[in-house]
Amino acid sequence: MKKILFTLLFYFIFLIKSFALIEVDITRGNLDPLPIAVSPLHVDVKSDNFKDLKVKELGENISEIIEKNFKNTGLFNPLKKDAFVQKPDIAHLKPRFEDWRLIKAQALVTGKLLIKNEKLKVEFRLWDLTAAQEMTALAFTTTPSNWRRVAHIISDKIYERLTGEEGYFDTRIIYVAESGPKSQRIKKLAIMDQDGSNTKYLTLGNELVLTPRFNPTNQMVTYMSYFRNMPRVYLLDIETGTQEVVGNFPGMTFAPRFSPDGTKIIMSFAKDGNSDIYTMDLESRVVERITEHSSIDTSPSFSPDGKFIAFNSDRSGLQQIYVMRSDGSNVKRVTFGKGIYGTPVWSPRGDLIAFTKMHKGRFYIGVMRTDGTGERLLTENYYQEAPSWSPNGRVLVFYRETKAGDKGEGFTAKLWSIDITGYNERKLYTKTDASDPSWSSLLSK
Amino acid sequence: MIKSLIYSISFHSLMIILTVLSLPFMLREPVDLPPIVSVELIQISDKTRIPYAPKARKLIEEKKKIEEERMVSEQAPPAAKAKEKPDRIPMPDEKKEEKQIIKKKQNPEEIKPEIRQSSEFEKKEIIDTNQIAALIDKAKEVEAVKEKKSNKVTQSSQKNSFASGLTLSEEDALRAQIFGCWSIPLGLPYDQNLLVRIKLELKKDGTIMKSEILDHERMNRPGQKFYKVLAESALRAVRLCQPLKVPPTGYDKWKDLQLNFNPTEMLKG
Repeated sequence: MKKILFTLLFYFIFLIKSFALIEVDITRGNLDPLPIAVSPLHVDVKSDNFKDLKVKELGENISEIIEKNFKNTGLFNPLKKDAFVQKPDIAHLKPRFEDWRLIKAQALVTGKLLIKNEKLKVEFRLWDLTAAQEMTALAFTTTPSNWRRVAHIISDKIYERLTGEEGYFDTRIIYVAESGPKSQRIKKLAIMDQDGSNTKYLTLGNELVLTPRFNPTNQMVTYMSYFRNMPRVYLLDIETGTQEVVGNFPGMTFAPRFSPDGTKIIMSFAKDGNSDIYTMDLESRVVERITEHSSIDTSPSFSPDGKFIAFNSDRSGLQQIYVMRSDGSNVKRVTFGKGIYGTPVWSPRGDLIAFTKMHKGRFYIGVMRTDGTGERLLTENYYQEAPSWSPNGRVLVFYRETKAGDKGEGFTAKLWSIDITGYNERKLYTKTDASDPSWSSLLSK
Repeated sequence: MIKSLIYSISFHSLMIILTVLSLPFMLREPVDLPPIVSVELIQISDKTRIPYAPKARKLIEEKKKIEEERMVSEQAPPAAKAKEKPDRIPMPDEKKEEKQIIKKKQNPEEIKPEIRQSSEFEKKEIIDTNQIAALIDKAKEVEAVKEKKSNKVTQSSQKNSFASGLTLSEEDALRAQIFGCWSIPLGLPYDQNLLVRIKLELKKDGTIMKSEILDHERMNRPGQKFYKVLAESALRAVRLCQPLKVPPTGYDKWKDLQLNFNPTEMLKG
């Protein structure tokens, strides 16, 4: 009996060993941007003309916007069109994968469009060239004047399919457009697409405007404006252009910001000479006090679940960042580094807090975990502040000012964006000088 | 008596104090050494030593136990002794010979200079290579003895070699090739378990006959977008790399191959 068992055991071991699969661990790869080919969209010959739109060039223009969006992410490398080997219409039907692979592309975007009865119909396909299969395909119908947005929506869908996270291209950025000499700056509220096009001015510039902030759930904006030297908090509906005063608050008021569900505004204002944090319900207009401390508490920002608030306070001597529950309890200091910390903004993903740091006369934009650990300073400069998150929590937009001469010459303020990895720092194109940006949520959500 | 005891104690403590005060290493702060660069002197063997699978190891251990028990029972009545198969124990001569062969193999002095792996440090002779070699030798000897024990269990050294897979250099060549082809999707979260295992069936020239993601049902589960993206990128890498750099021989060993893609290290930076 023992002998049989022994033999069986031996055979068992032998079998396991002889059929052991060879395993190879792959723990490294390259971090080069993914090479992608964006073929111009094929314009159907039956297309009508539409107003002053150059219909024949529309396919090319849409593909260029998609390419530009991808290039700006730093995650993709759109290939030059000179090397493309297939015509757009044929490629859209069925690409010759081996030809596209020859130019080292790993993904291919094809599409076609048709304008009929004042409607623009666009469809696109994303192809995995190595697997020789379609990854995603979608079609939209819209008014032809919306073609830029169509390009952004296509970019979002492809980005989502290839990275696993939401895109951020069909979004807008609101900011304060600045012009004139430094001592007499004219500040207007302006809004543009995230790629810098379609700039519109929302105020005339008679009054000073500050800190516009988007509602995370829709296209409403709250901002501060000084009317006869009195600070007021405004609500602005971008779609309709209507504005309303939320309230007059005593003394200095700072940085109103929406709660994640969009029903409240959180801000700080000084009552009896002491700044504290308050919330205001937009429907009932009831103001609730959140902090009560003799120090200066400012810059509140809700976590995306609405349970916590990050803010800065000088209660420990120097200005640092604190986190508390949304009812004001359980206040915890989270930054302990050297220097001054300010403008905490909770990421829409909920995992990080972006902030501005000042140390030895230099300004940094950084991110850290919500408990203050893992601080990473992404960029350093003479003066920069006010980070705002892209809706997917991957990119930050902020503004940077240059040093001015004695008479204010050489002074500029521009918007910049940076990836949370610290790579891919880019200047955003704005028509005028710009400050205080705020990134909207996805328009097509 | 007490006096001498006091003398003894006081002199002893004096000696201890003197030692503490005079010996430099007791007072001095630990020297801030630059990070130690470990120099691995490995003789690349023909066969990669793949550790036993946990299940197999268990079995082997069990077997060892049985063996040990048997050893004990050797002193017991002769009936138990009779059960033992004589052919299972290698002849003492064989043992000796094997040991000698192993020794010969491991001794770096006898390896041709062009085969011997050397490092920058070795060239500069900062480290006494002979000593290290001797140490390794010793270690290998111990290992060899251990191995022999396990050979006893599995009965044959031939079967052992049959089971082991690619050599280190073959594995490294394959790995390096795939590193080059794999574009890691940068948007992935680094704090999630994102291990993608791909099973490949290869042709003799290294091209892929069949590729299969082992947990492919996870790809279509809701909330597993990142996993899907990673799995796709891994598949792309494998396909881009075709034909894979596989050894010219031993097709049976590597015709089924599993690749484990894990980007965590890279994403953490």
